[in-house]
Amino acid sequence: MIRIENVSFRHRTVPILSDITLTIDKGGVVALVGPNGAGKSTLLSLVARLQPLQMGNIQIDGLPVDATPGRQLARVVAILRQDTTVASRLTVRELVSFGRFPHGRGRLSAADHAIVDAALARFDLADLAGRFIETLSGGQRQRALVAMAFAQGTDYLLLDEPLNNLDMYYARELMRALRAAADENGKTVVIVLHDINQASAHADRIVAMKGGRILADGAPCDILTPDMLEVVFGLRAPVETIGGKPFVLHQL
Amino acid sequence: MTAALSTSSWRAKAAAGLGLAALFAVSLAVGVSPLPPGRVLSDPDALQLLLVSRLPRTLAAVLSGAGLAIAGLIMQTLSRNRFVEPATAGTAQSAELGILLVTLFFPAASLPVKTLLAAGAALAGTSVFLATAQRLPPAQPYLVPLFGIVYGGVIGAAATYAAWQADLLQFLSVWTNGDFSGVLRGRYELLWIAALMVAAAFLVADRLTIMALGREASIGLGIDYARMMQIGLVIVSVITALSVVVVGMIPFVGLAVPNIVSRLMGDNVRGTLGWVAAGGAGLVLACDIAGRLIRYPYEIPVGTVMGVAGGAIFLWLLFRRGGHG
Amino acid sequence: MADRRLLALAAAALLSALAFLLIGLKGNIAFVLELRLLKLAALMQVGVAIAISTVIFQTVTGNRILTPSVMGLDALYLFGQMLMVFLLGGVGYVSLDPQVKFAVEVMVLMVLASGLLLPMLKRRLDMGLMLLAGVVFGVLFRSLYSLLARLIDPNDFAVAQTASFANFNAVRTDLLAFAAVVTVLAAVLAWRARHVLDVVSLGPEAATGLGVNWAASVTGLLLLVSALVAVSTALVGPVAFFGLLVAALAERLVVTRRHARLLPAAALTGITVLVGGQTLFQHGFGSATALGVVIEFFGGLVFLLLLVLGSRS
Ligand SMILES: Nc1ncnc2c1ncn2[C@@H]1O[C@H](COP(=O)(O)OP(=O)(O)OP(=O)(O)O)[C@@H](O)[C@H]1O
Ligand SMILES: [Mg+2]
Repeated sequence: MIRIENVSFRHRTVPILSDITLTIDKGGVVALVGPNGAGKSTLLSLVARLQPLQMGNIQIDGLPVDATPGRQLARVVAILRQDTTVASRLTVRELVSFGRFPHGRGRLSAADHAIVDAALARFDLADLAGRFIETLSGGQRQRALVAMAFAQGTDYLLLDEPLNNLDMYYARELMRALRAAADENGKTVVIVLHDINQASAHADRIVAMKGGRILADGAPCDILTPDMLEVVFGLRAPVETIGGKPFVLHQL
Repeated sequence: MTAALSTSSWRAKAAAGLGLAALFAVSLAVGVSPLPPGRVLSDPDALQLLLVSRLPRTLAAVLSGAGLAIAGLIMQTLSRNRFVEPATAGTAQSAELGILLVTLFFPAASLPVKTLLAAGAALAGTSVFLATAQRLPPAQPYLVPLFGIVYGGVIGAAATYAAWQADLLQFLSVWTNGDFSGVLRGRYELLWIAALMVAAAFLVADRLTIMALGREASIGLGIDYARMMQIGLVIVSVITALSVVVVGMIPFVGLAVPNIVSRLMGDNVRGTLGWVAAGGAGLVLACDIAGRLIRYPYEIPVGTVMGVAGGAIFLWLLFRRGGHG
Repeated sequence: MADRRLLALAAAALLSALAFLLIGLKGNIAFVLELRLLKLAALMQVGVAIAISTVIFQTVTGNRILTPSVMGLDALYLFGQMLMVFLLGGVGYVSLDPQVKFAVEVMVLMVLASGLLLPMLKRRLDMGLMLLAGVVFGVLFRSLYSLLARLIDPNDFAVAQTASFANFNAVRTDLLAFAAVVTVLAAVLAWRARHVLDVVSLGPEAATGLGVNWAASVTGLLLLVSALVAVSTALVGPVAFFGLLVAALAERLVVTRRHARLLPAAALTGITVLVGGQTLFQHGFGSATALGVVIEFFGGLVFLLLLVLGSRS
């Protein structure tokens, strides 16, 4: 369980997050949505202790993120940042293997190799395994980074806009893989999405943020209403229900 | 494209080992009085020359070359910039200023103590560099080494001024310009500490690779980023200070070797570290041998030879990258 | 307003010149005065040459933190000089008339510099890349210089040291007459090109649009810069950041990049800083040889400041 209690955050004097309280139960897919600048990435990076907490508490499975040794936490939670750039000349396999670092401190056991192979296979990277990251396309690189986070093998997976650069096919494949990880392995996935329909199709719960606050929190069918969309994103769009799930026709 | 060369290919390893061994042997044989292998066995004077002068000189070249190349690799990892090395980040100049000040104020201090203080100065100078470099815009990677070079120049000017006032200019040029001609048994052994530092780098190789992915990726994988930064800085500072104090600074080794290895084999430090160390040792040995041969029987300091060879390699790297970057 | 500042600068330059000539004048006054006049003439030339060449160079490259010596031009001059000795044989070359030798060296630098810089300017490289390349060229040429020096005279351990800092105390007065011709000529040419320089500072596209032949103008201006760098390096040795210091100061003082104001302001600032600094160091701080190093130190700090502040905005 991730417990976020009364978390506020500011850059110098500018408030970025204001008194956020949120509990995410173990198992399942939670989508974090909201307009640009809402504070989604900031919240995720605080949960993943990439930035020091200024106010409030965050615990993952009872471990306070600001007081738990980094290595221990790295076996519980993995994060994929929105803007990860890999400047090193590493092959895809090398990069994904570093996801196992928190477990063996660099020594890969047979089990580690199997996990890396599985991650490569899961994201269709087996053929690209020997290529240098810098030679990949944007979407291929994104898949390699997701595979690295996956290979970390943590119960909690924080993904900041992992669908960036992915084509329709791989976007759906990734969402299905996350769904499967939640359903079959009991993983907890917190994912920032801009494609609200992906959230509707694959998430159990949607948390909508704006201006550093949580505006709405609930099942997709409760959140994806024309009124709520207007409040959060400032746009009116028709919502249709297909197969029991709401879909927003915001392109119209 | 896959790696042009695998780090673990035994054929590449054998070739590199042979090359290094050949350079080592040539370095033992070449000098004002030539030392063909046969004579060493028959002539006690020749053996003496080998043990007192040639072997120490050759070992010093190997140790400082390997050390400086590794220091360059670590600097590039910590600053996440391929164009940084101890000589272009104020590290060497800080060490020079440090040892100069120690020599001024505590002339009686022993060499290890002086080296330690020089390493402290290098650590301070490099920390300031890294802290400032992080504030430069990452979109302009060339600003970082430029900043470092001028920063080093400013510290160097301060050192020159101090040396001028104290009439120690002669000493300063010994520290700023690498030269192995004065290396004798009993005068270089401190450099073995550089070998220890290289071994330490091997221990943290994987963490270095991850550090190169950035602060957030490192923390995400459970690495104590701040501590690794300190460890890296200590390794770099100690190696640089040792080189400065014992043989004088050799520019460009830390720059050229890691860049070439990265181009050929990638950046998985665990695999490339040995290659970088061997490459640095080989390059410095080769330059020292060249310095002994170009104007035989006179010697040209290795720092000067490396300034030419390394400068040319660096420009080549720069424009190859600039061409398609 | 700006004119008043120019006048004030001129007064400052005059004052420092007078101070340089007159402070502590004793003994054989006529002799000392003549000696000081010669040195003053040399220092003024160096100040003017470095200031003007830096301003022109910055305009051509469109960058305020570039100076000819940051790009390694003075190291190139020293290298060219050594190359001549090496190629033409030490004895014969050295016994040539110093003025003739100097003329040859100026031309060698012009050829080398345009061969090196024009291709870089044509490829319109990223400015940071160019800067870095220039700095490394500087190291390379300095190393080549000491390499050649050792090849010519293996026992000459002093060269590497003298090649790294300017010495304003030991001015080569034997080159003064010829250098004066070059400096004055270059200053006149720069002054006549002041409007072209204004246009060139807008960049290649805008300048071409306004009818300036970019390639020809830039080539001409670079040759001018090379000649001026040769003058100052020949007279006192290499100075890395002095030009930067002077150009930055002058621009802050006259608050314009218009060359009709900036060129004279920079020249006057150059004279004031150099002559005034030398006076101070001769009579105040004891060690007159140290001015070069001190200027390096502060010039370098200005450079770092411009770099960090400039890149943040
Ligand atoms: N380093 C920083 N300095 C100042 N303000 C910052 C900084 N980083 C983020 N912010 C501000 O914090 C706010 C929240 O940023 P955050 O990255 O968390 O938004 P987000 O919800 O992830 O947006 P997006 O959908 O665009 O990724 C924004 O207004 C942003 O401008
Ligand atoms: Mg974001």
